[in-house]
Amino acid sequence: MQIRLILATLRHHRLTAALLMLQVALTCAIVCNVVFMIIDRVGQISIATGVDESGLSMLDSEVIDASENTLARQQQDLAALRRLPGVTSAVAVDSLPLGRDESSYGACASLAQFERLASTRSLDQSGCLQPAVLGGTAGELNTLGLHLVEGRDFHQDEFVKGDAVAVAILSRALAEKFYPGKDALGQTIITGSRKPVRIIGIVDTLVRPKLNAFGSNQLAMLWPMPPDSRSTTFLLRSTPQDRHAVLQLAVSQLMRIEPNRIIAPELVRTYSDMRKAYFEHDTTMISLLASSGLGLLFVTALGITGLANFWVQQRTRTIGIRRAIGATRGDILRYFQTENFLIVSFGIVLGMLLAFALNLTLMKFYELPRLPLYYLPIGALLLWILGQLAVLGPALRAAAVPPVVATRSV
Amino acid sequence: MFGYYLDLAWHSLKRSPVLTALMVLAIGLGIGASMTMITVLHVMSGDPLPERSSTIYAPHLNPLPLDFHQNPYAPDPAASFTWPDAMALLKAHRAEHQAVMAGGQLLVRPDQAGLHPFYANGRFTTNEFFSMFGVPMLRGGGWSAADDDTLVRSVVLAETLSRRLFGTIDSVGRSVSLGNTTFRVIGVARDWQPRPLFYADTTAKVFSDSDLFFLPLSTSIDLKFGSNGNESSWGGSSIDMKSSTMSWLQVWVQLRNVSQASAYRQFLMDYSAQQKSLGHFQRSPEEATLTPLIVWLKQRNLVPSDVRMQLWLALGFLLVCMINIAALLLAKFLRRSGEVSVRRALGAKRRDIFFQLGIESALIGVAGGVLGLLITQLGLLSVRHRSDDYAKLAQMDTPMLLATLLLAIVASVLAGLIPAWHTCRVAPALQLTTQ
Repeated sequence: MQIRLILATLRHHRLTAALLMLQVALTCAIVCNVVFMIIDRVGQISIATGVDESGLSMLDSEVIDASENTLARQQQDLAALRRLPGVTSAVAVDSLPLGRDESSYGACASLAQFERLASTRSLDQSGCLQPAVLGGTAGELNTLGLHLVEGRDFHQDEFVKGDAVAVAILSRALAEKFYPGKDALGQTIITGSRKPVRIIGIVDTLVRPKLNAFGSNQLAMLWPMPPDSRSTTFLLRSTPQDRHAVLQLAVSQLMRIEPNRIIAPELVRTYSDMRKAYFEHDTTMISLLASSGLGLLFVTALGITGLANFWVQQRTRTIGIRRAIGATRGDILRYFQTENFLIVSFGIVLGMLLAFALNLTLMKFYELPRLPLYYLPIGALLLWILGQLAVLGPALRAAAVPPVVATRSV
Repeated sequence: MFGYYLDLAWHSLKRSPVLTALMVLAIGLGIGASMTMITVLHVMSGDPLPERSSTIYAPHLNPLPLDFHQNPYAPDPAASFTWPDAMALLKAHRAEHQAVMAGGQLLVRPDQAGLHPFYANGRFTTNEFFSMFGVPMLRGGGWSAADDDTLVRSVVLAETLSRRLFGTIDSVGRSVSLGNTTFRVIGVARDWQPRPLFYADTTAKVFSDSDLFFLPLSTSIDLKFGSNGNESSWGGSSIDMKSSTMSWLQVWVQLRNVSQASAYRQFLMDYSAQQKSLGHFQRSPEEATLTPLIVWLKQRNLVPSDVRMQLWLALGFLLVCMINIAALLLAKFLRRSGEVSVRRALGAKRRDIFFQLGIESALIGVAGGVLGLLITQLGLLSVRHRSDDYAKLAQMDTPMLLATLLLAIVASVLAGLIPAWHTCRVAPALQLTTQ
């Protein structure tokens, strides 16, 4: 009975109701996709690096005298850094997970595969991979705080100058890619030098310096290879609260023992700072997506409230008459609530179709995955609640209209 | 009549201040979000060389072997030139001006006490670079074509670097240590930062990088400086800067008119055909192209996909705001059916009513535009705090300011169109009898 009445009234205001429905539909479509994109980005920025990030900090030092023996200078610097109060370990590395600068090598499980890779120069169907290689001085594994699940750390005599290493520690994901279904420990891989590199250790998780390059983010390995360029990244482990003090000490100590070097101030930072900088784009995007989603819901709620207010004012006399002939306050309240429910429901039905269309467009241009179906009921519920909250005020005001209004002349 | 309608609109809006405020807020938010992103896009699609961009062209050759496999994660090697090809185009001298260039980073070691060594980005190039791009010189000038061959150790400094090293004194004739080599300063260029820095290679931050020095390309190769751009090699692994299988150089040419351009295009094809017959190139000469700077910038698509998405998001938001306002205005206008019918009965034509209601929508647009302008400024402020290379450029200029107001008025008038049209159809007689 009430529904028929509402539908009749809505037909009378069909243009206004249609506009409101369209607004609800667009909001539903955009908000579903925005929430989906937010969750996608949050997943990206919360990636586990495998590194124990809390007590780690770093700085870049470059010796500018071309004649200097870089490895000897590195050893001297490291010894000085390790003596600093608060420093529990220090190593020199050439790259870091999420450090952006990456060196990667074509690597295969067998020499035959490698020769094929070298002749075709194409990774596709070669069975080979392009993992990132992280080189460093002895103790890198522990300073990074990587979790070794199999095998051992490098021995002192395994460290070599240049990239002709004989052993490597792989991420579990990389080991499984080379030797699927088998224990990779003790097996070998072939890279540029064409000499077998033996897998002596496997760490749980290790991500590459630069994500989304050359396939999976987990394709990375450690090599016993001290950085041999004039620019070196020194990695320091301390307690989390000591990080800034340790960095300051380290800079002044390094400048004291060899003033002829460049330490770029913006690269003297904690690992957390570096991680934050790495994901700054995504963080900005998340906050923009979130604020536009909230903005849309806010404007739509305003629209619903504004329109309901108008209708209540417009129908005051009708409401009075209905009250006078026996409708209770609850009837009036429910009338406006049901009316809103109907409008929002129609909007949601259209909104679901639009949400899918929008998702298809985004998939085409932004490599976004398909919108999972369960977003739709959640989106619908959200808009129903929003609609009911927005209409509550005006509906209560309508319910408060006394029957006596019916007897007043306009 | 206009004044009277304005008066009517003002009174009507004053009668329901909350609703009016809601509508102004909605349009302000929608306009603010959209104009922030439109301004960002606007500054990113600026003309880097306003006076001469129509005469600057990017030649392109494809020296890659037919079986070359392009790694999807790596830059396209054919986007740059090999040394032999670049030198062939330079020496042929078929264009009005031509220059070969590559980016480089060198250690600067100041002689002055109290100044620490630091790195500076600059350009290794050939002598016509300055005249072709119209680099404004403060003092001195560039080098001659002969200097390109004799490996002179001369450098042109940008004003910033000259001031940092020598303060206010004239640095021309002085010497400076770059990359552990002593160079003589022969000119100081005004800080010249085309945005985007189109002539840099694909790895450059084209909205924030700038060149602090310019020195001869041949000298830089002689001193083994190396470039800081992308170096792609496809034949063997040895790195020889003069190899015909490693691309790392950019070439730009200036051509006065269309006929010069088509002649140059033909020259590029002829060169490719000749290289193919010599066995140096494998691909069809048709792959050699010549692209005007403005077209080339569009093809390079310098706007990041995130920025594009932010723009669409903002425009979607504006659309929802417009529909919101349309619904509210419709309800508001229809409520005044009585007043409208009286005015109709007194002789007002439909278009008078339409016009009157249109002015009311426009008034909301003006208020929303002013609010939108403030929100845009806040939006741009937050963009400037981003770490992206375009961030510092996000400033509003006069055309964008006017565009904001215009867009707000257009949006609100558009939103008011359906309600006004619907309302002005109210029949005079019917409404009078029901009252």
